[in-house]
Parts: sequence; structure tokens; C-alpha cells
Amino acid sequence: MSGKTLFDKIWDAHLVRSVPDGPDVLFIDRHYIHEVTSPQAFSGLRQRGISVFRPERTVATADHNIPTVNQHLPIADPVSRSQVETLEDNCHTAGITYFGMGDPRNGIVHVTCPEQGYTLPGMTIVCGDSHTSTHGAFGTIAFGIGTSEVEMVLATQCLLQTRPLKMRINVEGALREGVTSKDLILYIIASLTTGGATGFFVEYAGKAIRSLSMESRMTVCNMSIEMGARGGLIAPDEITFSWLSQIPALSDNPAFERLVDNWPSLRSDTNAPFDSEVTFDAQLVPPMITYGTNPGMGMAVDGIIPLPGEAGPSANGSYLKSLEYMGFKPGMKLLGHPVDYIFLGSCTNGRIEDLRLFAAAVAGRKKAAGVTALIVPGSQQVARQAEREGLTHALRLAGFEVRQPGCSSCLAMNDDKIPAGKYAVSTSNRNFEGRQGPGARTLLAGPLTAAAAAVTGRITDPREMNLRW
Amino acid sequence: MKREKFTILESTCVPLPLENIDTDQIIPARFLSSTEREGFGENLFRDWRFDGNGNPVPGFVLNRPEYRGEILITGSNFGCGSSREHAVWAIADYGFRAVVSDSFADIFMNNALNNGLLPVVIHSGLLTQLTALVTEKPGTRIRIDLDDQLLSVPGTGLRSGFPVNGFRKECLMKGLDSIDYLLAMKEEIEAYERSR
Ligand code: SF4
Repeated sequence: MSGKTLFDKIWDAHLVRSVPDGPDVLFIDRHYIHEVTSPQAFSGLRQRGISVFRPERTVATADHNIPTVNQHLPIADPVSRSQVETLEDNCHTAGITYFGMGDPRNGIVHVTCPEQGYTLPGMTIVCGDSHTSTHGAFGTIAFGIGTSEVEMVLATQCLLQTRPLKMRINVEGALREGVTSKDLILYIIASLTTGGATGFFVEYAGKAIRSLSMESRMTVCNMSIEMGARGGLIAPDEITFSWLSQIPALSDNPAFERLVDNWPSLRSDTNAPFDSEVTFDAQLVPPMITYGTNPGMGMAVDGIIPLPGEAGPSANGSYLKSLEYMGFKPGMKLLGHPVDYIFLGSCTNGRIEDLRLFAAAVAGRKKAAGVTALIVPGSQQVARQAEREGLTHALRLAGFEVRQPGCSSCLAMNDDKIPAGKYAVSTSNRNFEGRQGPGARTLLAGPLTAAAAAVTGRITDPREMNLRW
Repeated sequence: MKREKFTILESTCVPLPLENIDTDQIIPARFLSSTEREGFGENLFRDWRFDGNGNPVPGFVLNRPEYRGEILITGSNFGCGSSREHAVWAIADYGFRAVVSDSFADIFMNNALNNGLLPVVIHSGLLTQLTALVTEKPGTRIRIDLDDQLLSVPGTGLRSGFPVNGFRKECLMKGLDSIDYLLAMKEEIEAYERSR
């Protein structure tokens, strides 16, 4: 008899009913909501004359459109303010836990919810945000949904969902010095392309994955969606348990202990069938950077922009349009290219480990003149920790601006926009046209490559910098 | 809640043959601050459709009067990126009722089906032919028959089946809402909760 994948074990444990010739009815353990994709769902409930079915299973935070300065003041933009106030009202009426702006638990939904102990192995987790895949780092089935589905979960705590195919991505060996988990996931996406995992749910496995910290695992799972995958997960292990046991809300909770007893079963059986399987060698991963307008258009930071036809499936059709938008040409090297903005933050690289890496890398140097750098912690907790460790102070002395938490320049719904035509080395997850502001040109990279660019004002190979990471 | 029923759609089409069109292009984030579902159509493909001063970009397909219709024909991996359902609301609000491609991003596909916008997946060879045809001959009509799961170009031999999940098809054809389906299952859901 063939074994079961971790994904199927969790899915089957949450199956309420299989609809014949239709999707499964899946029970949802945790539902995270934010201000942008939830208001229409709550209005839907009101139109139906029903209330939230299991408010205790939903947690809300304001993150997408909030300002990253002066968070003690009301939001200046009236439309954004109304969206945040609507979320607050909706949560208040329904009895949903809400981390408003300035609350010590506030932060980007995918940063703060794990920190607060809501994300636990074996759960099903959804949120009206595609990077919900982040929570897969804890061995959960976590994925993004649309607003109609947010309404569905609020109304019934269940979701109609078709079981995806399963892919295993093995990463063997060890990452080299100067290479981060962000480089690893950019490398994987460049290889599989931006739509290469559509229809699949990914399990990341192998020695290189198992040796990653929880923060680094979250970075990898976070970007699963950028290759089209529904989500990505990693089997929980000692690293997961010790990370979670640091959380005050969990450390002496008997339910948490019972859960821990269960964890050894949360792994794919050795003979579990996967619909697709690929293996990468971590040794071969260089520091990466993207040169185009989808996250699959990535290369080694010292690489050459591929000629059309050489660039693989991500490169046909819209390839030249994309390069034109970026102001690049096929065959060009990016090393030494001037940059205007640096963004360290987002649910991909806005965690304490990222701030530590960045701060260590720039230690003893100054921000390059002419570069605007935004350092935006992913949550209030990250911000406090960075203060405590002296990172904030050191970064400010080096000329960096450390902001208050939020999604910020990742999607530029607030004022943190990159001006048209400017180049931003960004640790976020999307380089789509206009993502960081109309006309903005985004180069995705890890925190070390961002640090190297921040102190030199140019695209620089972090390995050449003698940076002290 | 009742929705408009989808049975047969016959319409002229708008070709937009680019790959990997992400939801940030369909509706940029700066237009997501509304708490309503309506009104997103005016900003559909905003930054391709209008220049920085808000003037229409003449070459963009939605600004070319010869291309009109309720069917959008586009390239691979349409709707990738963010989960924002606003992308589907914008497409539907603009007046499209079906989008034809050889592949869609998963979340976009679910969002479309939940709003009565039909994603039609056809073979990439046929997609290339269809795109060329409607680009060269604006005004070409395409017929999408959901019951038979058949896309065809009347007057030509071009036709192709397309997949739709049976449950989704029934919801679309009868104008049913999948939330109502789950609401009717309350007792079963509660029984599941007790069984854990
Ligand atoms: S940081 Fe960016 S990707 Fe993450 S939740 Fe916020 S907007 Fe989405």
C-alpha cells in the first residue's frame, strides 16, 4: 500500500464532505483577515442576514494600506482610513480579535500571526491574500483565497476547494556563505518559471530545507505562489517546535503539549506518491536578482540578462515588453547598474532575521548618497526586537530610515511608492509592472544583496563586499 | 443569493495576447481601497489603458473601437499574482462575461467562478489561431455553450471542448451561489466539529 503525503494527511483530517464531481468541503482552523479583501465579505454576510459562524477562529490585522510613519495619528487618506475603520467595526460587531494600527500585536498578517502563536502544525489556514502560503513553513495547509471565499469561511468556517496535485521540491546539500533562503526560492522560481507549479501544492524537503531557520522557511514558503503553486509546506521538526515554544501564549498551554505529541506523524510517508518531483543542489545557488516583471525572471546577481529564446519558458511572448519596461536589454549585465531605492521589508523578508542580516552586512559602512532606503519591520514585535538588539540604532547611524510596520512599498497602497522610472532593489516578492508604484522598476533580491546595493548605490555581488554577515 | 444564469454566450471579442498578466495589471493596488464591489471596471488595466495624465493610450486594445465584446481572449497564466477578487470584479464590471486562455492562475479561476465570470481553457494551438483570427477580423463572433462545454466560431470549423467542474457548472447554469450550498450543510459541519 502506498503511503500518504503530509498534505493529504492534513487535508483528509479536515474533510467535511466530498461533493460528487465537485470540490471538497474543507474545514478551516484559522482564518486571517485584513482591511483590503474583507469589507465586501462582511457586507455579503449582512445582505444574507447572517453573522460570523466561528468568530474565535478568525484573527484580523490592519497592514496593507496603513502608513509607516506617525501611526499614532489617524490615517490621512480618507479612503484608506475608511477601509481600516470598516475592518475595526466589522471585527468589533462579530467578536473577532483585531490587531489595529499601533497595537503591540499589529503587523503584516503573515508575520504577526505566526509570532502570536496562531499558526500551528497540522492546521488548515486561509486568508484573502496570496502569500498565505507563508504559514506552510509550520507544516500547515495554508493558501490565499478571494473575497467571496472569505465570505464563505466567515459564514460556514468551510471552503469549497478542489484537491490540488502534489509536487515535492527537494533541496539537497547546503547553501553557500552569502546566499540566503530568498536567493534559494528565487532560484527555484527562475528554474520552474512563474506558472510552473500551477495546480500543485508543494512540499519542500531535503537537507538544505531542514537546516533552515523558521524565518528562512517562511521566506521560501511565502513565494510558492510566485511559481503558481497553491501553497508550499515543510514538515515540522525540532526547529519548528523550539521556535514555537518561545511564544509565551503557547509555552505552558496544555493543548500545545498535546499537539506536540502528535507532530511525529506530520510528515509524508516514505512511499507517499507525488505527482511531480524535482531536486535542486543548494551548492549551485548564487545570490539572485530579478531583471524582469515577473518573479520567474531571475538570474545570478553577476549574470547576464538572457537573449530571447535562451531564457526558457518565462521568456517568450511578453519578454521584450518586460525588458523595455525595466529599461534593460538582452545580454546586459546588471552588476554596477545604479539603483535609486532599497526596500527591506514585507512578509517575505521583514522578519527579525532579515533585519539582523541586513544590519550585520552594512555594519561599519554608510548608506550610499543618492539612495533612498526604507527599512520596514514586518510587525511591532520585529520592531521591538530590532530596538532591543540595537539594530534600529545602528541602522539609523548608518543613514537608514527605519519605519513603523506594514506592507509599505511591497504593494505601495500607502505613500511608500517608488517613483516612475526609478530602480528599487526590493526584498519583497513581486516585481510586476507598477507593483511598487506606477512606472516603478523593481529588482527582487535577498537582504544581503539589498544591503550591498544600499551601501554602494549599485547592484553589487554581496560575496565581493567582504560584508560581515 | 441568486446570480445571473450562464448558459450560452455569443459575442465579439477583445484580444489581449500577453502572457502572465498579473492581477496588479488588471487592477493596480492603489484602486483597492474601496469597500464596495462595484465601480472597478473604470480602472480595469488602468496603467496600460491610460497614461500618467489619465488620457487613453491610443494603441491599447480597450481603447480601439473596433474591438468590443463580452469575451476577453488572452495569454497563458492569466490572473497570476495577488488573490484580489477586485481583478474579477473589474473584468466583470467592465462588461466581460468570459475569459479565454490556455491557462489561468488557480486563485483567479476560483474567484472568476464565484462571480459568474467563465474562465474557458482551450488548447494553446487553438488559442493562437483564435487570437490571430479575432485580431485580423475584429467583429468575429465566438460562441460559448456552457451546457455542451463547447467553444466555437460560427461559420468556421473552429471549435473546441473545454473543461468545467460539474458542481461549478451547475452553479453557473442555475445561477446558484456556493455559499448557500455550504449554509445548507450547517448540521454536517457542526457534526464534523464535534467529531474532532
Ligand atoms: S507584505 Fe506584500 S505580499 Fe505580504 S501581505 Fe503585504 S502586500 Fe501582500
